[in-house]
Amino acid sequence: MAQFTKANSVGEWFDQRLATNKFMKVMMTEYWIPKNVNFLWAMGVVLAVTFGILVISGIFLMMYYKPDVNLAFNSVNYTIMQEVAYGWLFRHMHGVAASVVFLVIYIHMLTGIYYGSYKKGREMIWISGMLLFVTFSAAGFSGYMLPWGQMSYWAAMVITNLFGGIPFIGDALVVWIRGDFNVADATLTRFFMLHVFLLPMVILGVIALHFYSLRVPHVNNQEGEEIDFDTEAEKYLAGNKKESKVIPFWPVFLSKDFAVLGIFFIFYFYLVFYHYSFAMDPINFEPANSMVTPPHIYPEWYFLWSYEVLRGFFFDIAGIKAFDLGLMAFGVANIIFFLLPFIDRDPEVLPAHKRPRFNIWFWILMVDLIVLTVYGKLPPTGVNAWVGFFSSITFLGLFIALPFVTKADAKARGAL
Amino acid sequence: MRELKIFAVVVVITLITYWGIEPFAHSQMHPSVEPAEYSFGDVDGLKGMNGSASNGAELVASNCTACHSIESQGFPAVMDHETAAASYGVVPPDLGSSGLIYDENYLAAFIKDPVTASKLNHVFGDDKAHPMPGYDWMSDEEIADVVAYLQSIAPASMTNKEVFTDACQRCHSIHYGDMMGGSMAAYTPKAEITAYMGKLPPDISQHVISRGEKYLHEFINDPQKHLEGTAMPRVGLTQDSEAQVIAYMSEVGDSNKDERNSLGVKVLAYLVIFAVFAWLWKAKIWRDL
Repeated sequence: MAQFTKANSVGEWFDQRLATNKFMKVMMTEYWIPKNVNFLWAMGVVLAVTFGILVISGIFLMMYYKPDVNLAFNSVNYTIMQEVAYGWLFRHMHGVAASVVFLVIYIHMLTGIYYGSYKKGREMIWISGMLLFVTFSAAGFSGYMLPWGQMSYWAAMVITNLFGGIPFIGDALVVWIRGDFNVADATLTRFFMLHVFLLPMVILGVIALHFYSLRVPHVNNQEGEEIDFDTEAEKYLAGNKKESKVIPFWPVFLSKDFAVLGIFFIFYFYLVFYHYSFAMDPINFEPANSMVTPPHIYPEWYFLWSYEVLRGFFFDIAGIKAFDLGLMAFGVANIIFFLLPFIDRDPEVLPAHKRPRFNIWFWILMVDLIVLTVYGKLPPTGVNAWVGFFSSITFLGLFIALPFVTKADAKARGAL
Repeated sequence: MRELKIFAVVVVITLITYWGIEPFAHSQMHPSVEPAEYSFGDVDGLKGMNGSASNGAELVASNCTACHSIESQGFPAVMDHETAAASYGVVPPDLGSSGLIYDENYLAAFIKDPVTASKLNHVFGDDKAHPMPGYDWMSDEEIADVVAYLQSIAPASMTNKEVFTDACQRCHSIHYGDMMGGSMAAYTPKAEITAYMGKLPPDISQHVISRGEKYLHEFINDPQKHLEGTAMPRVGLTQDSEAQVIAYMSEVGDSNKDERNSLGVKVLAYLVIFAVFAWLWKAKIWRDL
């Protein structure tokens, strides 16, 4: 057993038992981040904080929410929104954070793509991040069902129906997921379980993995420069702060994160108080009614691009049914980003503005995602359907082209 | 500088996407309609006539009170709600406040021909008679007298809830108005009102949010504009009364609006201060680097 001497302070007492000083060094004061980063590098902390807001507001909501088709709507819209002190605030915070978290996730993802932060040792950062995107999507979808409004019900209906397209097991799978032949009470209670227990647990685990995956390859920087972190850290610790290319996570990196958070909070709370209906669709303030289909059914905005890829194939091609084509394209859209590190054939880590062809590719992707998102909400009639079709084709085409585009860049640079 | 440029790019892309999925998409999904029109210029109204309230009193006593109550004038309801609904299809309104909450020209036109005034020719006709017969056999003068009488007995002002109750509650429930007591259920029982309207008129507790105030104004003023073929009648509320109805729906369905608006200012003010200090602290730490 280790030798324990009498501690002279509370801090020392803990340090003897938990090695808190060492722990703080490893996690905070000697966890090194490149200095050459911009505010986009703060999105990780913004996301962590937004997730914290979701958990805390969610805990308060769960104290009054009732997962039962007969009680859910009123427990949210009457009990929480009208009766409970500041219940409306927690609900608005939860609903708006659920939407804003995806905005920040997309910024975070596209930052990673732009700066090439997903390859050359950083593959696991990217893959664990994509796992977070998928689990957050599942949490967003399951949570949207809980108020049991018209959109909750019909979105659940449409999305669970998609699984019916899977060959052989489709129909049985739909019933298995719903727990009933229809979207019904059993569906609501199991999605409640997923939303408040299983998915948050998985998300917490994957967040830990995501943070851990940063440890070995380290965070990327604005120029894609390879930094010798040990040498640079020594410089910093020796007081050579100006010359060193790295900064400690605490307090230097986090001081900037807090500043960015300050701006983010103004934006977020403005939405919470004054501009929330983009996140809390008015249609969902009408109780679920299986007899009345709303004139327009659309998912939350953050699913629109992949929903449009699904809808984009609205006619049969080569004897394959439109529904199956759409479903295949949708399946591809949902896994293709996972494969990004492997279909990018450029061996070097560089920002897009130093990879001319990839740069064009990136901005086409950006425009295409916006077009898909907007047209994913519009009724798929007339010219809208064709815009959807061509932007879906473009989306798939972009990923087919990516290996060639990135290889051409590398060749032109002489890296291949 | 470079950071500001990057920030500008992020903001512009976010705003373009927002514009596409909210204002633009909604303008495509919900085509706008003519604004609400409160002069009811299309109806066969009073034609500028001023009736006599005392003549009107006699006409009302002999023609209206067999079905309609006027509690304030000593004409009690002949039947309870259930029996009235079973007899007429819908509970007939008490006429005590009609002179205040309904437009006078609309009221005259409604008395003459309820189906046309309420724009329900597609619902009522030879197959299904409107529970109130048209009084087109009365002279315009007599109808003006009836309207004058109804105006003379109407209260000078009413609460938002009273206007709602008189104008809407015969068909619509608004349970959130009295969740525990249940007093805000529709007067006409579910089975009768469903048979009368063709479908159950919705509980409108959350309509102020699900539809929004602009839509409600346009819809209540003339339901056919947004929902062609609906069995909801145009009821002829004056602009003020309609505003009171929507104010009540807002009090019930969005009861923490004032708290939200006032707390929001305080929270944002606090956050601005937080952001300023956060940037100052950041600047101080990064100065050495």
